[in-house]
Amino acid sequence: MSATTAVPLRGESPARRAVRRFLRHRLAVFGLLVILLFVLAAVAAPLLAPADPLATSWSAIRKAPSAAHWFGTDENGRDVLSRVLFGARASLLAGVVSVLVALLVGVPVGLLAGLAGGWTDTIVSRIADAMLSVPFLILAIALAAFLGPALENAMLAIAITASPVFVRLARGMAMEARATDWAEAARALGNPPWRLGLVHVLPNIVPPLLVQATLAIAEAIIAEASLSFLGLGQQPPAPSWGSMLNAAQRFLTGAPWLAIFPGLAIFLVVLAFNLVGDGLRDALDPRSDRG
Amino acid sequence: MTALLELAEVARHFPVRDALGRARGAVRAVDGVSLAVPPGSVLAIVGESGCGKSTLGRLALRLIEPDAGAIRFLGEDLRALSPRALRARRRDMQMIFQDPFASLDPRMTVEDAIAEPLRLHRIVPRGGERARVAELLERVGLRPEAARRWPHEFSGGQRQRIAIARALASGPKLVIGDEPVSALDVSVQAQVVNLLRDLIRDLGLTFVLISHDLGVVRHIADRVAVMYLGRIVEEGPAAEVFADPRHPYTRALLAAVPGMGAKAVPIEGDPPSPIAPPPGCRFHPRCPHAEALCRAEAPPLAGGAHAAACHLQSRLPPPPVLRGPDRGGERLRRLQSFFGAPAPQPETTGINA
Repeated sequence: MSATTAVPLRGESPARRAVRRFLRHRLAVFGLLVILLFVLAAVAAPLLAPADPLATSWSAIRKAPSAAHWFGTDENGRDVLSRVLFGARASLLAGVVSVLVALLVGVPVGLLAGLAGGWTDTIVSRIADAMLSVPFLILAIALAAFLGPALENAMLAIAITASPVFVRLARGMAMEARATDWAEAARALGNPPWRLGLVHVLPNIVPPLLVQATLAIAEAIIAEASLSFLGLGQQPPAPSWGSMLNAAQRFLTGAPWLAIFPGLAIFLVVLAFNLVGDGLRDALDPRSDRG
Repeated sequence: MTALLELAEVARHFPVRDALGRARGAVRAVDGVSLAVPPGSVLAIVGESGCGKSTLGRLALRLIEPDAGAIRFLGEDLRALSPRALRARRRDMQMIFQDPFASLDPRMTVEDAIAEPLRLHRIVPRGGERARVAELLERVGLRPEAARRWPHEFSGGQRQRIAIARALASGPKLVIGDEPVSALDVSVQAQVVNLLRDLIRDLGLTFVLISHDLGVVRHIADRVAVMYLGRIVEEGPAAEVFADPRHPYTRALLAAVPGMGAKAVPIEGDPPSPIAPPPGCRFHPRCPHAEALCRAEAPPLAGGAHAAACHLQSRLPPPPVLRGPDRGGERLRRLQSFFGAPAPQPETTGINA
């Protein structure tokens, strides 16, 4: 930079700079494309699916992949490709909705605990610690079993299980933010506590929350598949990758395509979310503030 | 003369806890400080790092709660105000922080940052903020175009100008500058000091300058208070304190400044721990003149308009820095030639500094 550099009318916002840096990250962009592809598949499933995912056919049971059934057929003669496409709905919905609910619950609670401190913080932190001391899937299974087998209940169970992570993250970041000079400056200007939290602290802790949320979606998709595998999520005959895997386990040697395609779908989506999460982490890293 | 800001026996101790959270004594960061700042004056608080001067600045604005004492601003006890009333008062008392890379919210444009006090205190009618922000930016030597950019796009000196504009936005009567130039490049320091001096003069500000840099202090302060281990050891008109320092600590501090004359004996050792300050005069373990009385009894701040907290102030040898008849004047000229004319042009490009 020199004194002769022209002054741009509008500077580059932190958000726009993050997007630019994200786009330089090839694997992350690939992950984003994969996710978009699956979202498209889920949204346009009725248009894309060659067959009704629920339609059984006794004449086409466990047929290997062919021109008529690209991914083969299952033990009831249903088209696996159609079921994978419709199954994307359950997986993506469960992943995104449960993480959104977890964010909506966890972030305000964590923000409050981190900014208020004292007893509020102690109580909130102990509850979050207690929940985090139980393995993620075990707690989700227990909650889902308690709420009853249904996709909505599985989503709720995953949301509750995932929220303490966000409580803890938001609390820690808020405590860190509270101690910064700009937070003190905001108080010195006359900001009331709620405004300090919402206008100053919250926007500054969004980047790490965004990274965590992306990675949590991957986890939530696995959790939904696991719950469905155990019969606690999507209920048959509605398609879900987890329940398809459950049905496939009896035919692993005779009809491997029953397991391969839903398994591949889970693998790809989870990988894609993880790649995007890593890309976001690099793009939003405050330590590489220049460039 | 009614003071705009008056501190009476203000103290703040920070508890020191062990690994189990039990109190193990306290850091007496500020330990009974009384000060009066008349309207329109510039008071400098000087001292080594760790002497409590930054804590004192925050206590004066009640950004930190004092443990004891009274803080009167415009005749009103700040400690008696409700949180809401205190926030409303902040319109009239503002702060400039040391590190301009940390004191600006990285997620706010310059315009939003400077307009924030205007909005908080409803100073400008809705929609009028932009013009006022442009005016403030020009006042601190930045182009109005800077308003739409983000803090990370500016250099340290420019950021500090932005922070100054933000502090001035609400039209405060009192501004406290906590080491406002010490985080800046030396080449930029003089420009920002000159900017501050001009703003103080033009806006009739009452300013409290917290600094360890006596050169900067000499340049803009009317009065100087010297702090040591949480207490004021000397206070008086700047010219007098510089020309005729009455406390051995002030003398040592002045002698430590290059170009201020004097081959005084340097201060020995580090300041004692503020957790367990020495009994009697807190400076006695490092003082070349210390006597039995100094080790036993803490001296009061005495001497009227130019006061010092030293038992021996009437018996001390003349300050070693004052050997020649005109040394004070010479030092003053040297400082002025360093900081003063010709004033560097304020950077208006919005790019460098």
